[in-house]
Amino acid sequence: MPRKTMIEAIRDGLDVMMERDKRVVVYGEDVGYFGGVFRCTAGLQAKYGKERCFDAPINESGIVGTAIGMAAYGLRPCVEIQFADYMYPAYDQLTQEASRLRYRSAGDFTCPLVVRMPTGGGIFGGQTHSQSPEALFTHVAGLKVVVPSNPVDAKGLLIAAIEDPDPVIILEPKRLYNGPFDGHHDRPVTSWSKHELGEVPDGHYVVPLGKALIRRPGAAVTVLAYGTMVHVALAAAEETGIDAEVIDLRTLVPLDLDTIVESVKKTGRCVVIHEATMTSGYGAELVTLVQENCFYHLEAPVARVAGWDTPYPHAQEWDYFPGPARVGRALIETMEA
Amino acid sequence: MASAAKRAPAKKADAKPGTNPTTPKPVEFNKQQELDAYRAMLLIRRFEEKAGQLYGMGFIGGFCHLYIGQEAVVTGLKMSLIEGDQMITGYRDHGHMLAMDMSARGVMAELTGRKGGLSKGKGGSMHMFSKEKHFYGGHGIVGAQVSLGTGLAFANKYRKNNNVALAFFGDGAANQGQVYESFNMAALWKLPVIYVIENNRYAMGTAVSRSSAETDFSHRGISFKIPGIQVDGMDVRAVKAAADLATEWCRSGKGPIILEMLTYRYRGHSMSDPAKYRTKEEVQKMRSEHDPIEQVKARLFEKKWASEEELKEIDKEVRDIVADAVDFAQTDPEPDASELWTDITL
Ligand SMILES: Cc1ncc(C[n+]2csc(CCOP(=O)(O)OP(=O)(O)O)c2C)c(N)n1
Ligand SMILES: [Mg+2]
Repeated sequence: MPRKTMIEAIRDGLDVMMERDKRVVVYGEDVGYFGGVFRCTAGLQAKYGKERCFDAPINESGIVGTAIGMAAYGLRPCVEIQFADYMYPAYDQLTQEASRLRYRSAGDFTCPLVVRMPTGGGIFGGQTHSQSPEALFTHVAGLKVVVPSNPVDAKGLLIAAIEDPDPVIILEPKRLYNGPFDGHHDRPVTSWSKHELGEVPDGHYVVPLGKALIRRPGAAVTVLAYGTMVHVALAAAEETGIDAEVIDLRTLVPLDLDTIVESVKKTGRCVVIHEATMTSGYGAELVTLVQENCFYHLEAPVARVAGWDTPYPHAQEWDYFPGPARVGRALIETMEA
Repeated sequence: MASAAKRAPAKKADAKPGTNPTTPKPVEFNKQQELDAYRAMLLIRRFEEKAGQLYGMGFIGGFCHLYIGQEAVVTGLKMSLIEGDQMITGYRDHGHMLAMDMSARGVMAELTGRKGGLSKGKGGSMHMFSKEKHFYGGHGIVGAQVSLGTGLAFANKYRKNNNVALAFFGDGAANQGQVYESFNMAALWKLPVIYVIENNRYAMGTAVSRSSAETDFSHRGISFKIPGIQVDGMDVRAVKAAADLATEWCRSGKGPIILEMLTYRYRGHSMSDPAKYRTKEEVQKMRSEHDPIEQVKARLFEKKWASEEELKEIDKEVRDIVADAVDFAQTDPEPDASELWTDITL
């Protein structure tokens, strides 16, 4: 099977869908002629023409707003916000219009829109190029939220998102674009070409929204993670020797609660991790759900490891980033609690 | 040297004749002005070259947008300012800070993320400030600074301080919605703000014509009745002339004005840009025919206002400042871990 980076897998997913479905249009800043700053759309304009893959001006609100209109009249826009940090001008359109078109028209209209945006840190982007705003989307009823952690999922989830009748936000961890970064910033990153999850099938396939995957089966403690933190969690389990069950949520909304509950009932312990700031983060939701559903099975308080409640720093990136050492400490504490 | 402003000839201003300003002739500089402009632009050039090198050596990480090629814009504008006038800009901000007399050490050490950086390593290349020097940042989010600059102008008017706010942004940023919200408010409230659109022809990999329906940015204020002029942003004298006109316009209570600076960035957008969206010849042509520093140099020689030796002396002085900044930025300690938690809220 061909090995692909996450970038190539995403490009492939877009290609497959543009080929199959004439309603799919792809646009965003530097997306057409240039092929995207991360190259996720390279070659698509040459292949499908300027009518289907094109550049947008720098106006995120306009990009998402027009995409909602297109979606309302039957197109399948898949737009790129260059970095998740730039989505705020578009947030109004996403929360007030995209998320509620179905509801406010009592089902007469739907909004089959996909918004892709690179998320997270680890690239020295500082405060305006490292944010993880997933909780701002999961908080809004009517939006689906996807965070892939590897190439094979990235393609399958993207295709599922494009085929979904409702608006889907895909947050692509940019630190994972080229390899499975596990938080060890001082070591060279292995590339996806050396990783089994870099094996991306050709053609059309779907990774369904709302299905988590157990990346590492274990008996001692359940770790709930998504995106980059999946790889950090795997590294922490390895390094502490704790038999953690690492669950890659893959989609935050809809959430695969069954897989989570089954695992926590088995292990009796749970650690929730994300890169975004702690307070009111998606982890708070996960902890609550675990508590509500598994309370009598818990043998320790559910722990959270997250970014600190600070802006993402420039100079102190690795003090901020919840790397394997911090996650490992939480695993040990949870086992000892 | 052909004027860069010629490449997009300004259409006739639409409003009543006599009310809207037109592009003024370049100011005739005296010897001191030429030398000052030369030194100021050279400082930016050498600083940026070093920043590029430090980046290559791994001392600077992440984003780093160089101002090389555009030096005349901020330099000419600064020459017309009075104490208290403010500048605010986007992420291509090192030149603006040096022009506002912020310390080269402080800027460079911020790039390397050190304790002595202007934002103590919290901001990086795109986010630096100085209350003392009236520099309001350094903003990484494209277009956001335009509304902030408009607010600075409101505060100027409110305080009756006779100061002007300069809000800089790029040709790409000019398409953000909040720019037009700002234009409307500034015109409605007659605010003393100069909108400086640094049109360097590209927004990252996207040429102006691929993203803009109206590529004459001096016309972007027409429906708000904001006058605009196109300026050869490679000629520091042309910039100074426009700056004189614009500051006078604002200080006399006429409200906002737009200066479209026709300029060019020689380097890639940020450090990792192979710049495949333009030809080497295009870059080379701008460098050899329009370079802002070479223009001043040529005039200094032509008028016999400076000898090779005298310019070398200035060169050395500038190089020393930059070398000192580089040294500082490499040896200054990294911020203490406790800094992670400071300056968030009180
Ligand atoms: C809201 C927002 N959208 C997109 C970006 C990414 N971005 C950074 S610079 C840039 C191009 C801006 O070009 P221009 O305004 O012409 O300024 P220049 O870089 O040429 O100085 C883009 C798209 C951003 N930083 N913020
Ligand atoms: Mg530009």
